[in-house]
Amino acid sequence: MTEVAAHAGESLPAWSLPKDAVERISLPVHWPDRVTREWAWGGSTGAGARVCILDSGVEAGHPLVGSLESAVAISLDENEEVVATEDEEGDLSGHGTACAGIVRALAPDCSLSSVRVLGAGFTGSGGVLLAGLRYAVEQGFDVINMSLSTTKKPFAAVLHELADSAYFRRTVLVASAHNMPVESYPWRFSSVISVGSHEEPDPLTFFYNPSPPVEFFGRGVNVEVAWLGGRSAAVSGNSFATPHIAAVCALVLAKHPELTPFQLKSVLYLTASNVGGGT
Amino acid sequence: MTDSNELQAAVAAGVTGSEESYRALLSAIVEVARSIFGAKASSILLLDEETEELVFAAVVGEGEETLIGMRFPAGTGIAGWVLATRTPLVIEDVNKDPRFASDVAEDTGYVPSGLMAAPLLHEERALGVLEVLDRPERSLFSLQEMELLGLFANQAAIAVDLLLRARAAERILESGEGELSVVARLAQAVDALEEREREAGLELLRNLTATLGATRQL
Repeated sequence: MTEVAAHAGESLPAWSLPKDAVERISLPVHWPDRVTREWAWGGSTGAGARVCILDSGVEAGHPLVGSLESAVAISLDENEEVVATEDEEGDLSGHGTACAGIVRALAPDCSLSSVRVLGAGFTGSGGVLLAGLRYAVEQGFDVINMSLSTTKKPFAAVLHELADSAYFRRTVLVASAHNMPVESYPWRFSSVISVGSHEEPDPLTFFYNPSPPVEFFGRGVNVEVAWLGGRSAAVSGNSFATPHIAAVCALVLAKHPELTPFQLKSVLYLTASNVGGGT
Repeated sequence: MTDSNELQAAVAAGVTGSEESYRALLSAIVEVARSIFGAKASSILLLDEETEELVFAAVVGEGEETLIGMRFPAGTGIAGWVLATRTPLVIEDVNKDPRFASDVAEDTGYVPSGLMAAPLLHEERALGVLEVLDRPERSLFSLQEMELLGLFANQAAIAVDLLLRARAAERILESGEGELSVVARLAQAVDALEEREREAGLELLRNLTATLGATRQL
């Protein structure tokens, strides 16, 4: 990769910092003495932030979801090649629509897109999941909501690389922790923001967990969500805690688009209900 | 499977439980799950990998007489989502959702208004889905119940794994290798003997195993 970049005449990444280059990396964000929720996302509606729902599809036009910037379905053709086509089927289970509605409720003006990785046949779903994530990272979304995981170990290494590549490309991957005591990915990777559930009813209450791998707890129990056919439902599970955190990320990034995933995670920490955000 | 594994599986089929006893175990699990959650129904669906369908393997409560053996595509619906993502899910108050109803309810006339579903995970495989339908409306869902659901699903996954192993062993027996059936029947008979005779019987089986193994190598 580096060789290719050098041949193409692109500048190499800065692996070190010469004395006279310190000025060049001065931070564009004025970090306040105390990071508050007001500083982090006060007045933000999510306008300008692009959020991707990597899931079962999204029912476009649902009153609680609104319009989508784009909707694609990922599948593998007979040669195992990845195909991304315009998604005309919408949501095949209701789950993606529920997640999209949660993001829309908290960040009403953000841009929502759907990348469907489920429902196109059961087998090969791990491969489709990887392909869908890769596609979403390439699209340069600000936030990817991933309310799903895989327990298949062979996929772990590639998922890890994808998660890291998203992290360095300033795409925040917000991933559900598994509700059961099983080993699954990508939520266990430190380059993603991993989310479990709390039982509080306030959608903006979230907690930092000082005992990772789950880093944050969002609202995930008895959540009113959008459901298929323009309906709503009450749902529970880490799947639904995740879009709450994804929405907060969208709010913060809409107001502070220059934040890196590392800085964003720091903002989440400083504004968590059990850290500084409870006041 | 190697010859020696086949032999072991055949003998195991003789001395371990039958398909019926594992099915009874699955039924017992859904019965307890329904009772603990105070739900109207509970079921276990198994994945048929060849047809990519989910099949009702155990049902208690509403639909128990009609649903067993019923199939639907594994890629859609809530059970499909739970299976594909291997993630448990709780949904309530969805009785007016047409897609949800079409999953299971049209043929039975029973339309659940909510369900809890958890994947049956064994090692790296998702074997099926445990569902608990229609908990009482008065009780709000809690994380404790999610944990309980996960525990039941783990138990069910172990039972399903045993069922699948028993089926595999049965298949080997039925595949026509006569000596394996004989060995399995012998193993079954030896297992039923009193202690002293049992030791002698086991010795006989050991010798037989060695002989069969030797014959196969010739």
